[in-house]
Amino acid sequence: MEDLFKGRFVRLAGVDPEEVSKTFAQWNRDSEYKRLLDTDPTRLHSIKATKDWLEKHIQEEPENTYWFAVRALEDDRLLGDIDLAVINWGSRDAFLGIGIGERAFWDKGYGSDALGVMLQYAFLELNLRRVSLNVFEYNQRAVRSYEKAGFKLEGREPQFVPREGRRYDVLHTGLLREEWMEENGNKTNTK
Amino acid sequence: MFTIQTPLFEDQDIRLGPIDYEHDPEVESRWTHDSEFMRLMGLKPIRPLAPSMVKKGYEALEKEIEEDKNLFYFTIRAREDDRLLGKAVLEWIDWTNGNGYLRLGIGSEKDRGRGIGSQALELLLRFAFAELNLFRVTIVIPEYNQAALGLVRKFGFVEEVRRRQAILRDDQIWDLLVFGLLRSEWAVETREVEG
Repeated sequence: MEDLFKGRFVRLAGVDPEEVSKTFAQWNRDSEYKRLLDTDPTRLHSIKATKDWLEKHIQEEPENTYWFAVRALEDDRLLGDIDLAVINWGSRDAFLGIGIGERAFWDKGYGSDALGVMLQYAFLELNLRRVSLNVFEYNQRAVRSYEKAGFKLEGREPQFVPREGRRYDVLHTGLLREEWMEENGNKTNTK
Repeated sequence: MFTIQTPLFEDQDIRLGPIDYEHDPEVESRWTHDSEFMRLMGLKPIRPLAPSMVKKGYEALEKEIEEDKNLFYFTIRAREDDRLLGKAVLEWIDWTNGNGYLRLGIGSEKDRGRGIGSQALELLLRFAFAELNLFRVTIVIPEYNQAALGLVRKFGFVEEVRRRQAILRDDQIWDLLVFGLLRSEWAVETREVEG
C-alpha cells in the first residue's frame, strides 16, 4: 500500500502546538493570506495565545476534525495546514480547508499537491461520499486549483464577503466519491 | 411600516420566547423520539433523548450563547397558553460580514400546516434584519423537505447552491439546497422601504 500521507512535494504531518504556534503567529501578520483564508477579521495574537488556542483546538471533536500540517518533503519545512471537518457522518460529507502560509511556496503546485494527498485520505481512509469546499471568488489561485482537482461548482452565495467596500461571492464546490475514483481509482490497487 | 412599538416577538397565533426549563424538556424529548420530525429538522444522525438529557442540551446551548455570542435561540410558543410548539434559531452569525443562518421547526405534526411556520419565519426574519441588522440570511434545506422548500420560496428566498448527493438517508440519496435572502429583498417584500 502506498504511503497515504505523502505526495510529490509535500507530506501531511501531525500538528505540534509548540512548534506551529510560532509559525502561525507569523503567517497571521500577512493580511492578504488571512483574507484569502477566511472571513474572520484578523487578530494579531501573541505566540503564547496562538499556542493556547492550538492546544485547545486540537483536542476538540477528534472524530469530526482531521487537521494536519503540510510540510515540504525536501527539507521538512512547515508550509501550511489542511483540514477535513466531517459535518455529517451519516451522509459522510466533509468540508475541506487549506492554507499555505509561506508565500514563497504559492503558485508552485505545493497547495495542489497537499490537496491531492488529503483527498486520498478523505476517500480511501475516511471513506467519505463527498468532499465540500467553499472559496471566495477573489481567490482565483484557489479557484483554479480546486477546479483542477475535480471539484465542481454547485452554486454561489452572492455578496457574502465584504472587502474594502465591495461585496464578493463565496463559491460552493463539491467532489463526489465516484468522480474522484474515476480519476484516481488506480491508487487503490493494493494487492 | 414597522416602528419600535411593533412587537418583535409576537405574531397572530404565536410568540417567540426563552427556554422554559420546567416545561420544555419533556415536550422536546417527545420530539426527539419522533424520527419523522427529527429527519426534517436535522441532517446528522438523529437520536432520542430523555428529558434530563434535553435539559443538559439546553444548558450547553446557553453556555455556547454566552461564550460565542453568535447564536440566538428562540422557542416558538402558542400565544394563548405559552405551550411549546417549536424552535427558531439564528446561528453562525458573522457580525463583521452581516451574515447569519436560520433554522426553525414545529415539533408536533398536528401543529403544522396551520400557518405557524410562516409566522415564526416572519418574526425570525424581522429579528435578523431589523434588530441584528444583518445583510443577508441563509437557510439550508434537504431536497426531501417539501414543506420547508415551499415556505422559503414563499418568502422570496433564492436557491443559490445545490450540494449534490449530500444526504444519504433510508438508503436514498438527496441533494442539499442552500437558500439566501438579502435584507434589501426582505425590505421591499415587507414594505419596510417605500416602493
